[in-house]
Amino acid sequence: MSVLVFVENHNGKIKKSGFEAVYFGSLLAKNMGVSCHALTYGQNPDAGTLGKYGANEVYVASYNGDFDTQVYTAMVSEAAQKLGAKVVVLAHTANGKSFAGGVAVKLNAGIITGVNAVPVVDNGLIVQKSVFSGKAIAHYKITTDVAVMTLAGNSMQPVVTGSDVSPQDIALNLPAAKVKVVERKTSEGIVPLPEAELVVSAGRGLKGPENWSIIEELAKALQATTACSRPVADTGWRPHHEHVGQTGVAIKPNLYIAIGISGAIQHLAGVNNSKTIVVINKDPEAPFFKAADYGVVGDLFDIVPKLTKAVETFKAHQ
Amino acid sequence: MNILVCVSKTPDTTSKISFSGDGKEYNGDGVTFIMNPYDEWYALVKAIELVEQHGGNVTTITVGDASNDIIIRKALAIGANDAIRVDTKATDSNEAAFQIVEVAKQKNYDLILLGKETIDYNGSVLGSLVAAQMDLPYISYGTKLETSGNGVYTVTREIEGGEEVCEVAGPLVISAAKGMAEQRIPNMKGIMMSKSKPLVVVPPAAYDSKVSVVSFELPVQKKGVKMIDPENMDELVRLLHEEAKVI
Ligand SMILES: Cc1cc2nc3c(=O)[nH]c(=O)nc-3n(C[C@H](O)[C@H](O)[C@H](O)COP(=O)(O)OP(=O)(O)OC[C@H]3O[C@@H](n4cnc5c(N)ncnc54)[C@H](O)[C@@H]3O)c2cc1C
Repeated sequence: MSVLVFVENHNGKIKKSGFEAVYFGSLLAKNMGVSCHALTYGQNPDAGTLGKYGANEVYVASYNGDFDTQVYTAMVSEAAQKLGAKVVVLAHTANGKSFAGGVAVKLNAGIITGVNAVPVVDNGLIVQKSVFSGKAIAHYKITTDVAVMTLAGNSMQPVVTGSDVSPQDIALNLPAAKVKVVERKTSEGIVPLPEAELVVSAGRGLKGPENWSIIEELAKALQATTACSRPVADTGWRPHHEHVGQTGVAIKPNLYIAIGISGAIQHLAGVNNSKTIVVINKDPEAPFFKAADYGVVGDLFDIVPKLTKAVETFKAHQ
Repeated sequence: MNILVCVSKTPDTTSKISFSGDGKEYNGDGVTFIMNPYDEWYALVKAIELVEQHGGNVTTITVGDASNDIIIRKALAIGANDAIRVDTKATDSNEAAFQIVEVAKQKNYDLILLGKETIDYNGSVLGSLVAAQMDLPYISYGTKLETSGNGVYTVTREIEGGEEVCEVAGPLVISAAKGMAEQRIPNMKGIMMSKSKPLVVVPPAAYDSKVSVVSFELPVQKKGVKMIDPENMDELVRLLHEEAKVI
């Protein structure tokens, strides 16, 4: 019996979400009194490091084709059967979410996605997740013999608890991919919003796209990722992938700085799980202050450059 | 093309969330329900566009009780041709997917479309459950979908920090995100016609539950905002470092 954690391979690299999932899986395995196995695939030179975050054994499947939910489903469900997994854990990423359901179907398992705390073992697994776009918390019990879950990003800080293990190959019978990826575009160097720990976000208070340099400078000083409110993306001031909120990207960074954003309920819905929220707004009655940890009332065009300076000074002295 | 679109109802985005006294059930009293925006704005409208281009039929499917009929009529008013409702309250996505598959497998749909997630339970899992049970390819977070009507689809999908363009032959399941289509407001003619379009109510198939609700709760309120002097940004940085420990 084991907890099996699936770890994505991004061009030979493991992302933070992969380490988080393994660490989460190892804590759950401990609670269940079973071992934690990690499964990855293709050329993955870092596979052995998963041992550091709690994987007792690391398996590598030989697949390096395109992302195809049916192939990935077969890979993980077959490995789970071979290794006698009682729980399968995946990261709640674009790819993880896309085939976790498939794995559940193949294993006849109950599934809960977006779990954000280590499950309680009690005649089944009691899992916790955020629902209603962060406005409530739900606890579900998965009652099937095998359970599948995805772990919401940034729910826990992976801790080094062990040491490297040597990966072993696992032979699996995979179907041919039906989906062909003909093109892939990714912005290099920038941490994508769903993975970002620090986010600087701006709204209509910026008045126009020409003013975004002060936001980018603050983001650069902090090494943060930029985001925006919906009207800002809708009017084309900023690209759509920066739109956060109930109908945009939902995020839970450690720090969310909201600049010139009023804090409409639909905006808050996507960001209210952030650990710390800073609000900069000239209107002391702006609803966002109610959801904030730190607030600054004043003209953003005056405050933001000062904050950037203060961050730069702080970084220079570290 | 015969397209099946999964549509569900969700509380209006501005509604306050509350639960029954024992914390086991969502309390919808006094709440306005809307069609889940991702289902409505993107999946449904895209299906209608495809049928406008290539001919065919758009059927919507909803798992839920009669309180869903209002949003189903809206889907018909926007342009779906007919609708099916499975008459049961699904406790979770596992069950909703099961009921949808029971209906979907009775007919050869070329395409099954749905929104990338619902804004209430935020599961983002229904599409993969439906596709796997029907043994179909699944592409999630589609922001663009094109076909010349020959059964082959080119789909652009969102991935972390970028996008991917995929090619795949149908039938398949696709979940729709922003960019897939533009919201359509039903017009008077659409609303009038929707009243006579078929809405077929079918009984649920027997289902063994895999997941049960333990409880719901509201998050603890923030302890209140600390206001910082706008002239003293060094203080804010100090607090973020020493108190919040986020930088
Ligand atoms: C179904 C639905 C879904 C929605 N989904 C989303 C969503 O996902 N995400 C989202 O963001 N919105 C969403 N919205 C829109 C939302 O209701 C708000 O309209 C939107 O968030 C407002 O954007 P904003 O805060 O940038 O602009 P505004 O509300 O116009 O706020 C601008 C703020 O800037 C401040 N300001 C102006 N000038 C300055 C200055 N010089 N210095 C400091 N502060 C200044 C103002 O005081 C004000 O508070 C949705 C709406 C609906 C109906």
